[in-house]
Amino acid sequence: MTTPVKLLDFITILPVIFLAAWACLLLLVDLWVKHKRVTAYLAALGLAIGLGLLWYQAAWIGNAGFNHMVVLDGFSVFVNALLLLSGLLGIALAYGYLRRMGIERGEFYPLVLFSLSGMMLMAQAADLIVVFLSLEFLSIPLYVLTAFAYPKAASEEAGLKYFLLGAFAGGFVVYGIALVYGAAATTALDGIIAAVAEGRANLSLLVSGAALILVGLGFKVAIVPFHMWTPDAYQGAPSAVTAFMSSAAKLAGFAALVRIFALAFSSLSDDLIPILWGLSALTMLVGNLLAIPQTNIKRMLAYSSIAHAGYILMAFTAFGNPGVAEVSIAAVLFYLAAYTVTNYGAWGVVILLERAGDLGLEIGGYAGLGRKYPALAACMTIFMLSLIGLPPTLGLVGKFYLFRAVIAADLIPLAVIGVLTSLISAWYYLRVVVNMYMRTGDPEISPEPWALTITGLMAILTVLVSLLPGWLFFLASQARLNLF
Amino acid sequence: MNFFLEPLTLLTFFPLLGVLALLFLKPEWRSAHRWTALVTSLITFGLSLWVLDQFNAASGDLQLISRRPWISVAGWDIQYYLAVDGLSILLVLLTTFLMPLSILSTWTAVEERVKDFMIFFLLLEVGMTGVFLAQDLFLFYIFWEFTLIPMYFLIGIWGGARRIYAAVKFFLYTMAGSVLMLLAILWLGVYQGTFSLPGLIDRGGIPGDIQMWLFLAFAAAFAIKVPMWPLHSWLPDAHVEAPTSGSVILAGVLLKMGAYGFLRFNLPLFPEASVRAAPWVAALAVVGILYGAIVSFAQKDVKKLVAYSSVSHLGFVMLGLFALNPQGIQGGILQMVNHGISTGALFLLVGMIYERRHTRDLEAFGGLWKVMPLYGTLTLIVALSSMGLPGLNGFVGEFTILLGAFGSQAIGSYWFAGLAAVGVILAAVYMLTMFQKMFLGPVDKDENKKLLDLNWREILILVPLLVFIFWIGLYPKPFFDLMAPAVEKLLVGF
Repeated sequence: MTTPVKLLDFITILPVIFLAAWACLLLLVDLWVKHKRVTAYLAALGLAIGLGLLWYQAAWIGNAGFNHMVVLDGFSVFVNALLLLSGLLGIALAYGYLRRMGIERGEFYPLVLFSLSGMMLMAQAADLIVVFLSLEFLSIPLYVLTAFAYPKAASEEAGLKYFLLGAFAGGFVVYGIALVYGAAATTALDGIIAAVAEGRANLSLLVSGAALILVGLGFKVAIVPFHMWTPDAYQGAPSAVTAFMSSAAKLAGFAALVRIFALAFSSLSDDLIPILWGLSALTMLVGNLLAIPQTNIKRMLAYSSIAHAGYILMAFTAFGNPGVAEVSIAAVLFYLAAYTVTNYGAWGVVILLERAGDLGLEIGGYAGLGRKYPALAACMTIFMLSLIGLPPTLGLVGKFYLFRAVIAADLIPLAVIGVLTSLISAWYYLRVVVNMYMRTGDPEISPEPWALTITGLMAILTVLVSLLPGWLFFLASQARLNLF
Repeated sequence: MNFFLEPLTLLTFFPLLGVLALLFLKPEWRSAHRWTALVTSLITFGLSLWVLDQFNAASGDLQLISRRPWISVAGWDIQYYLAVDGLSILLVLLTTFLMPLSILSTWTAVEERVKDFMIFFLLLEVGMTGVFLAQDLFLFYIFWEFTLIPMYFLIGIWGGARRIYAAVKFFLYTMAGSVLMLLAILWLGVYQGTFSLPGLIDRGGIPGDIQMWLFLAFAAAFAIKVPMWPLHSWLPDAHVEAPTSGSVILAGVLLKMGAYGFLRFNLPLFPEASVRAAPWVAALAVVGILYGAIVSFAQKDVKKLVAYSSVSHLGFVMLGLFALNPQGIQGGILQMVNHGISTGALFLLVGMIYERRHTRDLEAFGGLWKVMPLYGTLTLIVALSSMGLPGLNGFVGEFTILLGAFGSQAIGSYWFAGLAAVGVILAAVYMLTMFQKMFLGPVDKDENKKLLDLNWREILILVPLLVFIFWIGLYPKPFFDLMAPAVEKLLVGF
């Protein structure tokens, strides 16, 4: 069965290889770089080249590499492009923030690149072993990044918590893979499909394996009840890291989830739908309800991020329904893109208001922002409206797409839970707006050019793309999964 | 470029030019902001007259269509689709007519953050006009939800003491209904294959039980907005806390969006369900009429009194619409306009006295007629119009509605109209009580002795409203003529 390694194999994961190599190089170069800003620009250059390579790669869409261990398809290209852009945004937000917080260390940027290359590999993984490999590859740098603000105790604690629970969740994935292997005698996704089709697979074992993998990946994307680490890790980590991990790690996690379940486990959907149904309903409810009492903006956004994982999972619940799967995957991708844009914008505002020593993070501290910095407050309002899902923002268009998938799958009660929880979410997102415009205060911002640029740009994108979303709908719907 | 010059597109988005201009003005140039907003809203009103000029009243069809494919990939069929017909033309005109008057009323009432105020006000106009013109469900939903945002800020920033509570309550209540409508819209889009309203009406054929669910989902959004009893509890808070101009627009236009929604979407999309629901809606409407009137009577705050009277008046509108016959619906539409004019005028009058006395407590006044004769006269006319005195506008609307409701097969009982007629009497009771407490008797409070009568700006605001109060009251035919063919076309399905 195995074929010797060819050049094509490397082309299929060219951006991943390049990024990992660039990160190694950057670690060395950083030793001689005096101003860490240079490292940041070099890292950004690496990501830009990565985007170029992705473009170059597009000619080979539909190919698999390394004996079908990885695959290059429209889906992976879409996700990887989003990941690379997300990395660029993350670096831009970190650029001034790290210096201001006194944690500007050169290894930050290579760590981001390592993590990204793991995420990109994950989006291309067509074998459960590669899924596990890339899961670890993306997680370990994230653990380090979470604890990056050492010697700050909160950051170290967050890193340790994330690490311990993450390792635990990794165990679930491995165990799940073992069960799947026991059931189908292979870890390759196409092998699993074939085994099920030929009736060789032990279905109950396969369902158990799938459920365990769901737990492990559910941890990564923060689905209730595997979300416990999220608020602490998001709050303790430096804000720039939180921005990055809440967007990019979610993207990668969902990419793997979608690929594994929509391809290998689609035949199990009858068994899995009730589980996904319950998990997504629970995630939307718990995430939104627990966000209400939060007074710290980072913690609130952490719960909001949990809630949004619930919405995405909701659209994916019907993954096994052949008439809906395509809409469902496109909706997930579109929403991930919309969420990335909005989320980075919101974190940009958080970063601009944060001051050393964890100051400026209380929502009450946003009072008066509308008066003092009208443009920034307008941006934040746009992000909050987008997170609620109101026009004219990407959040509404994204939710429209998500709910379309749910309704097409005839899961009306789930959709009702979805819209009612977004009503709940309006309550706490509006609190930020209330503070900014309707209370008086004197907030201070640190006018970092990059963070300001990103915040403004994201606000413009959130509105503009929502008015002309056709092209992104098109791209998301074209980002098909390939079965080799 | 042609796209932006199509009449309805231009009309809808013209206020954005004013917003753009405002963005470039310095925050401290307050009169420049006021003038910019006023001129913008006046031009917009002019544009709506231009639309009226091109409107063919003899036809019941959608006219002046502005239509483009908007999102037509991946199985989506969403259009940018604006059009006007007899059901909406009067409401569009009402919107653009009330805007400049409301802006004029803020001249001295809003001193804080004038620039932001005017920006939100003009954005609100875009949303409202869009709601009345959109013929695609997705586009409609965007405009519908969008109106929430500027209104939320208007209440929350420039409102009274409990403004934040009122603003958030307004927001959450309204959104609660809209999200259910969103699901119904998506259901239609997914299973009927298009989001275009005329397309959906042509297609029809939604099974009866599903129609009922969809009807209820749309009704959730609209009934809260109207507001129908028992979903009205956001309204007194929002109205009382909002600045005067906000109350005028809230009562004058935003509530109409709810009733209009029933007319534009529920009736033609779900005819069977509408017939089945008619007695229930009528019952709620009658409860609202009586409840609103009785609660109004108990109020000590003038503004709250006017706010609750809206619950009563909108009950008439709903009763008329669900009579499902020409008189009822025509009366309902006309009553929407009447209520916008009369209640708008009442809120303006309350705002004028509030600016002078900084209280709205009925007990704080008395004998005002002697001090402010002109103010007293105008208030009397408006109050009489609001309670439906023959010869003034309110009478025409309410009478036509009652006529429709008595003869309605869908409602099926005289009792509803009979009880509603009691509401007319109750309206006279609370309005006249208010008038008596404020204007008659001796001037027994020192603060009231030095009050100045209306100034030229205030007269200028009220006169146009009075013109329509008499015009509709004495010669309503042109107004009925505008809507008759469209109502007839709507009722073909029943």
